[in-house]
Amino acid sequence: MSSAPQLIASSTDSLRESFGKALTRLAPDYPDVVVLDADIAGGTGVHHFRKAFPERFIQFGIAEQNMMAAAGGLAAVGMIPIVTTFAVFCLRAVEQARLSIAYSNRNVKIVASHPGLDVGPDGGSAQALEDMAAFRAIPGMTVISPADSAEMALATKAILDFKGPVYMRTGRSASTKVFGGDHRFEIGKGQIIRPGADLTIVACGVEVARALDAANLLEKKGIAARVVNMATIKPIDTTLLKQCAEETGAFVTAEDHNIHGGLGGAVAEALAGHAPAPIEFVGLKDRFGESGEPEELAQHLGIGANSIAAAAEKVLKRKKI
Amino acid sequence: MTSASTANDSALVARLTEAATAIRRTSVTAVYHATSGHPGGALSSADLFACIYGAALRGGEDLARDRFVLSKGHGAPALYATGAQFGLCSVKEALSLRKLGSKFQGHPHVLDLPWVETSTGSLGQGFSVAIGMALGLKMKKSGARVYTMLGDGELQEGEVWEGAMCAAHHKLDNLVAVIDYNKLQSDDTNANIMGLEPLGEKWRAFGWHVQEIDGHNIALILDALGKAAVAGSKPHVIIAHTVKGRGVPYMENVPTWHGSVKMTPEQTEDALRALGVAETDLKKWIEGNV
Repeated sequence: MSSAPQLIASSTDSLRESFGKALTRLAPDYPDVVVLDADIAGGTGVHHFRKAFPERFIQFGIAEQNMMAAAGGLAAVGMIPIVTTFAVFCLRAVEQARLSIAYSNRNVKIVASHPGLDVGPDGGSAQALEDMAAFRAIPGMTVISPADSAEMALATKAILDFKGPVYMRTGRSASTKVFGGDHRFEIGKGQIIRPGADLTIVACGVEVARALDAANLLEKKGIAARVVNMATIKPIDTTLLKQCAEETGAFVTAEDHNIHGGLGGAVAEALAGHAPAPIEFVGLKDRFGESGEPEELAQHLGIGANSIAAAAEKVLKRKKI
Repeated sequence: MTSASTANDSALVARLTEAATAIRRTSVTAVYHATSGHPGGALSSADLFACIYGAALRGGEDLARDRFVLSKGHGAPALYATGAQFGLCSVKEALSLRKLGSKFQGHPHVLDLPWVETSTGSLGQGFSVAIGMALGLKMKKSGARVYTMLGDGELQEGEVWEGAMCAAHHKLDNLVAVIDYNKLQSDDTNANIMGLEPLGEKWRAFGWHVQEIDGHNIALILDALGKAAVAGSKPHVIIAHTVKGRGVPYMENVPTWHGSVKMTPEQTEDALRALGVAETDLKKWIEGNV
């Protein structure tokens, strides 16, 4: 007789684990918070919440459309529903999020794990590269993608304190530490996390750590790249972008997402309207992903630190002196 | 609250019959003034609306209040006409259906009209929202019930069956789904588009308490609503057999009247005559002065 199978546990410092633990820690202070799950609590990090608050954990089975719209109904009677599933399955229920959550202005938080190439070996079908674009296009929907475990914990509290519909990305893989204990998170505000005057790299999610690596690579070539952590994709921090346009005059955006409609789109829209500047977009070039480890995929499909650095050199050639 | 005894109350039946006729008049006239809209489904559901709003829904503060969600959002003309009949809005407001600047949009919107409870218009979603409300009310220890009306074509949405499983799994005995089963959908009969039968067996197999009734018999509707108000361990579904266009003979079971249509003044007058409006009153309905 063979031994029991070894289950793949999620990395302890992944964004999903940070979210699940923060939510569980905060739950006593937010008695109306309920968690909605579609049979993947172990994958989204809310198994921590289920263990601590089983009476506030609602199982919907593998049926995301009903779960998403039912969240609107729960909010209508005063609950703060946290809808949890993988980013790619949130796409399955975009129309429910549109009508039964956003159009009705319900206080629902959609928290999506497994976004982008960060999913890794599950391959192209599971790697959502369109979610930020889809949710950003819904009127009234706030879209957030924190960079590391510390910021995820802060963002989790921020979305509970915020009234209105939110879509937030977590992450599957072990996350790279970006912030120290003094980090502050505010919805709608980006931060300059590395100074530099030659250009600005605007990044979100796992790409923030890669942007910092890219800035180190550029420094060796004598290029001073400023790095902005833009955890809120919508509403985008136009004031900060305008300031960076005036002070650096060129941009690279970096996201684990299609280059169309996500962070790059949001930055381009804001700059076009307020302070036009050349931009290079780092992300998936309108293609799907494939199997591989996240860092291998990042290198292979052009969202690694090297690609960000190359985009920076390219945009500098377009910069008006 | 309805019960078998109130179902035998002839005064109540007479009052609700009159309310249903008023709902039909306002619905048809609203579709005329809007120059588009779905009269057929409004007419098939009028008796159900009259009974739900006139005898089932219990008022009260916030969490104690029963809720009604129109999952078949295209039935908005009948919902607004029902609102006018039961004091939630005026008839004149209900007749502003689909006009620029009106809160009475082509499909109900909760930010315009809080009493519609949630925005609907994409089939299947209102049912799920009602399930969420029923779950939340139970978690908040409220004894309130949630009523929702679905169309028959709507049952072709996969989300409805996700919800049917979910409501039974969570034992939502405070949920009452009413199906306006008029057998016709946008393009053709249910049977020709995508057959639904055996419908009662499907709901039973999904774990629901099922009642099948004549959806135009006020006493039977009241009786079914009364039986659906009994707590147990199952959600309740009332499959109400109805006739699309009911009350306006030239529309009854004629497929052309089932989609969104533009009505002429003559057609509207004929409809209102069939619904008992006196010749001398036709003009004011056509002019919208009611």
